[in-house]
Parts: sequence; C-alpha cells; structure tokens
Amino acid sequence: MHELSIAASIVDAVTESAAAYPGARVKEVRLRVGALASVVEDSLQFCWGITIEGTPLEGSKLVVNILPVIMHCDACGKDGELKGLQSFRCPHCDAPCSDLRQGRELEIDSIEIDEVENAV
Amino acid sequence: MTTRIVELRRGILKKNDELAAGLRGRYGAAGVLVLNLVSSPGTGKTAFLEFTLRELRAKGAKVAALVGDLETDNDARRLAASGAPVRQINTHGICHLDAEMIDKHLAGWEGVALADLEYLFIENVGNLVCPSSYDLGEKIRVALLSVTEGEDKPLKYPTLFNSADAAVITKIDIAEPCGFDRELALKNINEIRPGIRIFETSAKTGVGMEEWLGYLAEARADVGVR
Repeated sequence: MHELSIAASIVDAVTESAAAYPGARVKEVRLRVGALASVVEDSLQFCWGITIEGTPLEGSKLVVNILPVIMHCDACGKDGELKGLQSFRCPHCDAPCSDLRQGRELEIDSIEIDEVENAV
Repeated sequence: MTTRIVELRRGILKKNDELAAGLRGRYGAAGVLVLNLVSSPGTGKTAFLEFTLRELRAKGAKVAALVGDLETDNDARRLAASGAPVRQINTHGICHLDAEMIDKHLAGWEGVALADLEYLFIENVGNLVCPSSYDLGEKIRVALLSVTEGEDKPLKYPTLFNSADAAVITKIDIAEPCGFDRELALKNINEIRPGIRIFETSAKTGVGMEEWLGYLAEARADVGVR
C-alpha cells in the first residue's frame, strides 16, 4: 500500500547519488528487500513505472532482490533461513527464535549507469 | 559511453530512519516513554487509549497523545475527554505515520513540551501493513488485535506482529459470543513473535488494564529519570 512512497524515496535517493555523474543515464536500479520489509514487488514495479516518468530515471529498470529471513537460534546457536513467515522457529532444532539477523532490509544496493565520455 | 555499476548501499527510508533516531534521542533525553500503537481499523485502539490516558492521569502521570487518521479529528476529541493533551495528525490519504509527521506535530504543539511528559502515546493510522516500515523513534511498538478479528491475524500480518514489543488483545469481554479461541490466538502470536508480552484486555470492563498499566510503569522506570 505504501509502495508509491517507497518508489518516490528511491527516485529521490538515486537522483541525488547520480548527480555525481553528470550526463549519465541510469539504466538499472538494484534493491535489496527483506522478506519482512512489507514491500510487494508487483506493486512496487507498477509504482516505479509511474514515478520515474519525467525524471532523470525515466526508462530505467528496477531489479528487486528479495532476501530471506535469517534468524539466530539461542537454543542451538545456529543461524537459519525461515521457510515461511508463519512460524518463527529454528529450521535446525524447531526452538522459537526472536533474534532476527536478516529480513527487514529495504536498501538500494547499486545502480547501473551509462556514463558520457569526456563529461565535465 | 561506458557502463558502470555504482554501489550505493543506502537505506530507502534513510531519511525517516535518521529523523526517527533523532526523535529517539530526544525522547530519551526528556525521559519520556513513547509507545506506537498499531492495529487494523476497528480493533479499539482509541477506546484502549482513552482508558489508558484516563487511568494514568488519575495516578498523577503526565501523559499526552498524538493520533493519526486519514481524515477527521474525531479520535482526538474522544481522547481529549481524558483531560490529556491530544493532537490529531491527518495524513490525507497516507496509510501510516512517519517520523517527519511526528517531528512536525511535536514542534508546533502549544503547551506541550517533551520535557514535561512521562508518557507519549502515538496512535497510528489503522493499518497492519505499512506502519511496520516506519520507525517513529518509539521505545515500544504495540500491536493490537481484537477478539472479533480472527485468531490467525498474526499469521496473516507477520511483518507487523514480528516487529512488535508488546501485543494487546482487545474486547476480551465479548470473547465468548465471538467464539474467540484464546489458546489459538496466544499460540499464533507466539509463533510470530516468540516470548512477547501479551495483555488480554477490555476497555469496557477494565479487565487486564491493571497489568497493562503496571507494564507501562516498569517500562517508564527503564527510560530513566532525568
């Protein structure tokens, strides 16, 4: 539901970072999104198309890499990847886990740009 | 023309996170316990908060509340009947509160200074999805669930329940006619957020509210006295 504001935040952040490369065209924006980040990719892609219109990012592609949830288990000491989001239990020993090590990320990982030669 | 990959490694909600960190610092310095109340529309956040504000004020505590809704100041008017300072935040279509809205409404709040408060409650917009992404600098995020909503709500909305520090079951006085399966609800909450403190309450009869108020007093003592 809030994918439109997320898309707008990405456009702002990338526009700001891309300003360091005058004249460059942004081809691709790559995200790292945790499975617990409350972001729906289809919805974000839809919003992306609308948000980039008329901005320096127009025509760019959004690549969303979803990261699984990884919990640390205090009972067996291991880290493990959750199979789903319906049960926060250690995949090794089945003990309940509350120590989240990965899964809430909502980051711009990198951008791919075409740089203009001899740009000042 | 050369193609280049530029590593950014930057949080998409960095601006919100930075503002929230600033707020958290200010809450801590002022010695105020801040709670963010999140639930579906209709769970009974406002009734629960009315009761909480009234009881805390009766105990002489200095409390205030910010309340978020898309439109209307109905909730602020209801809560203000407790005598506590209350300010409405209208998001005009936005489905969650963010740190900037909190910052702005704290700044222009006539007669209310953080340093004069012990408790500040933030009643979020009724929504179980989006508020989970937006840190408001709160110390405690409270997820509320009413007995009319179905015991599997935590399983349906794991991102929110997993990010909560405390869970409150509301309208427990009508659990029986609703066919509410208490054991199942408690089990589901624990599957998503193992070990979380759970309060079973009714703002109508007052059941479970003493325990909740005790929890608040303990948490407030943890914030430290300035």
